[in-house]
Amino acid sequence: MAIEVNNIVKKFGDFTALDNVSLKVGDGELLALLGPSGSGKTTLLRIIAGLDWPEAGEVTIDGEDALGRGASERHVGFVFQHYALFRHMTVFENVAFGLRVQPRAIRKDEKAIRARVKELLDLVQLDWLSDRYPSQLSGGQRQRIALARALAIEPRILLLDEPFGALDAKVRKELRQWLRSLHQEIHVTSIFVTHDQEEALEVANRVVVMDKGRIEQIGTPGEVYDNPATAFVHGFIGESIVLPVDVSDGAVRLGGKPLNIAANGAAPGASKLFVRRHDMQIGPAGGGSLEGAVRHVRSFGPIQRAEVALAGSEGTTVIEIDAPRDRELQAGEIISLEPRRYRIFAVQE
Amino acid sequence: MSLQSNLASFTTQLRAYAPAADLNVSSSPQQREKGRPHAAALQRDLRTEPGPIRFLIIALALIFLTVFVVLPLVVVFAQAFSRGINAYFSALAEPEALSAIRLTLLIAAISVSLNMIFGLIAAWAISKFDFAGKTILITLIDLPFSVSPVISGLVFVLLFGAQGFFGTWLQAHDIHILFAVPGIALATIFVTFPFVARSLIPLMQEQGTQEEEAAISLGASGLQTFFRVTLPNIKWGLLYGVLLCNARAMGEFGAVSVVSGHIRGETNTMPLLVEILYNEYQFVASFAIASLLAMLALITLVVKTILERRLDEGQMVSGD
Repeated sequence: MAIEVNNIVKKFGDFTALDNVSLKVGDGELLALLGPSGSGKTTLLRIIAGLDWPEAGEVTIDGEDALGRGASERHVGFVFQHYALFRHMTVFENVAFGLRVQPRAIRKDEKAIRARVKELLDLVQLDWLSDRYPSQLSGGQRQRIALARALAIEPRILLLDEPFGALDAKVRKELRQWLRSLHQEIHVTSIFVTHDQEEALEVANRVVVMDKGRIEQIGTPGEVYDNPATAFVHGFIGESIVLPVDVSDGAVRLGGKPLNIAANGAAPGASKLFVRRHDMQIGPAGGGSLEGAVRHVRSFGPIQRAEVALAGSEGTTVIEIDAPRDRELQAGEIISLEPRRYRIFAVQE
Repeated sequence: MSLQSNLASFTTQLRAYAPAADLNVSSSPQQREKGRPHAAALQRDLRTEPGPIRFLIIALALIFLTVFVVLPLVVVFAQAFSRGINAYFSALAEPEALSAIRLTLLIAAISVSLNMIFGLIAAWAISKFDFAGKTILITLIDLPFSVSPVISGLVFVLLFGAQGFFGTWLQAHDIHILFAVPGIALATIFVTFPFVARSLIPLMQEQGTQEEEAAISLGASGLQTFFRVTLPNIKWGLLYGVLLCNARAMGEFGAVSVVSGHIRGETNTMPLLVEILYNEYQFVASFAIASLLAMLALITLVVKTILERRLDEGQMVSGD
């Protein structure tokens, strides 16, 4: 089902959690809402679910107005950050809950409910846990039961609030892949909230980057990573080297010294130069627009990460670069650096 | 972590230290100087007082408990049975005694069931919603605890007495509140109101609203959410509050004494009857009734301990 969010405004007292947010989600998409804490992503998710109401704006699900309906009438599956499993019920009863509270007219009989719960527990590969209580499960198991419970009502859309937030790194990785393949299997329109960029880029078809109650950029993982629309997105997604530069007459200057790069139409004035760690071309001393001394090198996997002290007129700036292993760097070595790919954003007043 | 498991681990620690302490005493001074095989013993010295002081503290606590708690309890039963078991039961079979027991049970049933509902509503409102005046409400809930019960009773005399606020109107319509069951029930409800609310508020605040939100998003109605999710989660806390509320409702003296009017065989509850009989030198009858109240207290204590254990378990189960 398609979801449309138009001009949503939500305030908590003086704090504006959502500032005129609009968003379209296509049928069958797996969308990530990505942003730091306080960016309004969870609030947006709760408004779509009907657990919070906005001051202004509209939400439609499959063309129907959703704000006029309560959460219990929206048929939205919601997976809570801390799972919110019913602690006094077994796993089986947790999953069966949504089926048992249906109005008598459409409620399935006991046999059909049992069959459906069994099917869902098979889907999340935890049918062997059906008699346990939530307290007896691991974090990853709870997460999957919470998902099975939300899917029991055959939701029109599935919303997940920080689905992997409370899990340890290894389980997170497994569950990510599992969620993606599950989505391919059941193909329900899904939105998940995360503050972990890696998670968003790896799982979602499209990523919505949010900050301070606004949407900064919407795009595929490739788009938001390679073509960040704003300085915030560039800084938030992927590790970036940020250098204060000055743009004038089509030239870019760092500490008064012109760099060998084009301004690419950046507006004149104080700006910030963003370069990915691995987008710095390394050359011999004197061969590029930036020069610095290697302070420290750590090698792991295919890369070596080096701390480089850039000498400038306003003191030294230490940056971290990722270089391929084919050119070994030594601590103390003087190297030149040239940004291969970069973006320049004006400093916001 | 319950108190008991704390105590259990504490005693095992003590046991573990004991051999080390023995060693410490028997080993030569040089040995003690040299190595550090007695780290455990050193730790023990830091953690607990020397033997005699420990003994003194425990003895003091036990003596205090015996004199002020156990002894009176024993005296109550000793007095009640001082003329034999037959005198005890015939005292309880007196019409006045039976009437007092009936009235006490009736008052407890009324006030406990109403306070269960009021307490639940108040705790629900305070822990699950934000609204103006919430702090005032929380303070007001404690009012009956901070006011002397006699004053609580007097308030109802001022409201419903012949010269009271509603007095003339009540007389004109021939409605009896004071010196009758409604007055006693009102005073008891007032005095026992905080128990249920107080035992539920922290529990409900700790549990938050996530499970309710989950239930609603799964399509449950408000009532379904309450009976299938909220109530099962707070049932032990609710029972705990009801138990304390009941104990106080049956035992309340001050407030009830003011509004009851002491009409024999009609408006005397058990605590009131104990005093009346005592003043009339009917010691066996007086202590026989008192022994029933004492038994109520003992049963309450046992059930309370069981409920507290359940509550501890419930808290450990809290899903996260």
